[in-house]
Amino acid sequence: MTTVFGVPLPAILGQLMLGLVNGSFYALLSLGLAVIFGLLGVVNFAHGAFYMLGAFAAYIGLQVLGINYWWALLLAPLAVGLLGVVIERLFLRHLYQVEPVYGLLLTFGIALIAEGIMRSLFGSSGKSYPVPALLQGGFNLGFMVLPIYRAWVVLASVAVCGMTWFLIERTRLGAMLRAATENARLVQAFGINVPLMVMCTYGAGVALAALAGVLAAPVIQVSPLMGSSLVIVVFAVVVIGGMGSIVGAIVSGLVLGLVEGLTKVVYPEASNIVVFIIMAVVLIWRPAGLFGKEQ
Amino acid sequence: MRAQIAVYVVLAALALIAPFLGLYPVFLMKLLCFAMFACAFNLLLGYTKMLSFGHAAYFGASAYVTGWLTTVHGWGTVEGILGGVAVSMLLGLAIGAIAVRRQGIYFAMITLALAQVVYFICLQAQFTGGENGLQGIPRGSLLGLIGLGNDRIMYYFVLAVFVGVFIFIRRIVHSPFGQVLKAIRANEPRAISLGYKVDRYKLTAFVLSASLAGLAGSLKALVLGFATLSDVSQTTSGEVILMTLLGGSGTFLGPVIGANVVVTLQEYLSDIVGAWVSVIIGAIFVVCVMIFRRGFVGEIERRFARRTA
Repeated sequence: MTTVFGVPLPAILGQLMLGLVNGSFYALLSLGLAVIFGLLGVVNFAHGAFYMLGAFAAYIGLQVLGINYWWALLLAPLAVGLLGVVIERLFLRHLYQVEPVYGLLLTFGIALIAEGIMRSLFGSSGKSYPVPALLQGGFNLGFMVLPIYRAWVVLASVAVCGMTWFLIERTRLGAMLRAATENARLVQAFGINVPLMVMCTYGAGVALAALAGVLAAPVIQVSPLMGSSLVIVVFAVVVIGGMGSIVGAIVSGLVLGLVEGLTKVVYPEASNIVVFIIMAVVLIWRPAGLFGKEQ
Repeated sequence: MRAQIAVYVVLAALALIAPFLGLYPVFLMKLLCFAMFACAFNLLLGYTKMLSFGHAAYFGASAYVTGWLTTVHGWGTVEGILGGVAVSMLLGLAIGAIAVRRQGIYFAMITLALAQVVYFICLQAQFTGGENGLQGIPRGSLLGLIGLGNDRIMYYFVLAVFVGVFIFIRRIVHSPFGQVLKAIRANEPRAISLGYKVDRYKLTAFVLSASLAGLAGSLKALVLGFATLSDVSQTTSGEVILMTLLGGSGTFLGPVIGANVVVTLQEYLSDIVGAWVSVIIGAIFVVCVMIFRRGFVGEIERRFARRTA
């Protein structure tokens, strides 16, 4: 059997595949975080909670309402995105005038509320969500078996990230969004409804997190605390990529997922902290992040 | 000023007679430890406006180290505490050196991420007992003279340390060093242009705050006899922010009052409502951020200032 550093090659490839799947979640989550930060200047601590709510929406949809996976992919992000819109209108909107740390603290409180409610209703134990029939099984690649669902997760999230990038960087709507990021008052003076745009952007970022949650539901246990430590990793990913940078968020999400997977093979003890160590190194070497601009 | 002195006198008297009022001494000590933790945190948030989202790392690491030194290595109580504080000081130096390079929310996210490293180390290392934590940490005695096993004696020891820390923090804030910190808080570019090495001041404040948070953690480990993962967790980091914010950041008494309110709420509510406690804590967070950003003491001080003006 082929080995690299004394580790069998299929084991490495298997971990890399897992890493790529995790990286897809990181990319989707950090993309939403970056979009929200870019326009609102808010670091959305509740992002992990919305990811968790997305997974739970899919779970509840299947168990209670009989909504299948494919509908959940559409409906769960919509429902959670709407919740995000409500939160923006009721709370976040009133904090744009004060220092940005208050946005962080507010969303931290919201995350505590969401996690507490789900924990009270569903308990802390994980629930399993079945892989949809169409995506069960795996391809035999000769050297390893590639589970179809994992491949689907990677493809779907890369596609969604690509579409979001296109929407922001290449369309008229995206141009308005980027302009509002630079100078909201000026854009408003041109007759564009900036508050509405801000509200929808927050909703969209939150919906991306919920989408990641639905995609994750069949591969991990759905539990109220599934997002609380993930959000910190995603923060680190966003800092590494450069806050507010769309490309940075996507690329560093995927790459860091791979790096984490590789660490699991080489030195498993460090796999939980490797992203944070990389963050520290990047900050010393390039304080604005890999894709960020120095102010 | 006279009102302030009166408040301090009343609080000191209350603290001195509290164990005789039928209040459970261990609970009182827990209050003091968290109040000390919040005061240490406030030194950073209140006087330099740096929001550290990872202060549980210093609190918890020190609790673990003190517990490990006294249980496994048979160190004395005072040496154990000093060992814990030294470790949190070094941690504060390492993490602070990276974090002070950035400001505002970046600072918050970096401290949070690096505190998570400490959390995972505590989860995986041998000496912390992993998921179980350290149990049965002995209180020992003060330099072999006074046994601390008795709850009342331990209470007065913790109270004495707390008062010492409180006075120390007041002293720092009113010192020339503290004035520079406030200048940085008010206008950082101007402080830089006046020739102050701002990063060095911020790092010093960070290390001081981390060390005092460590001291609080060590005492907490001795008081309750255990150190667990929740001491180093993100939740604890969040709670100390809430304590400071609710009581009033940038005031001396605010964190003390905030800590008392939050710990008491948790103590009594967790029996009644279970997991809903975190919903209530979250709701208080939201209310605090939305309409109560000055906190209890901040609001009172503002009312007083308005009346005298």
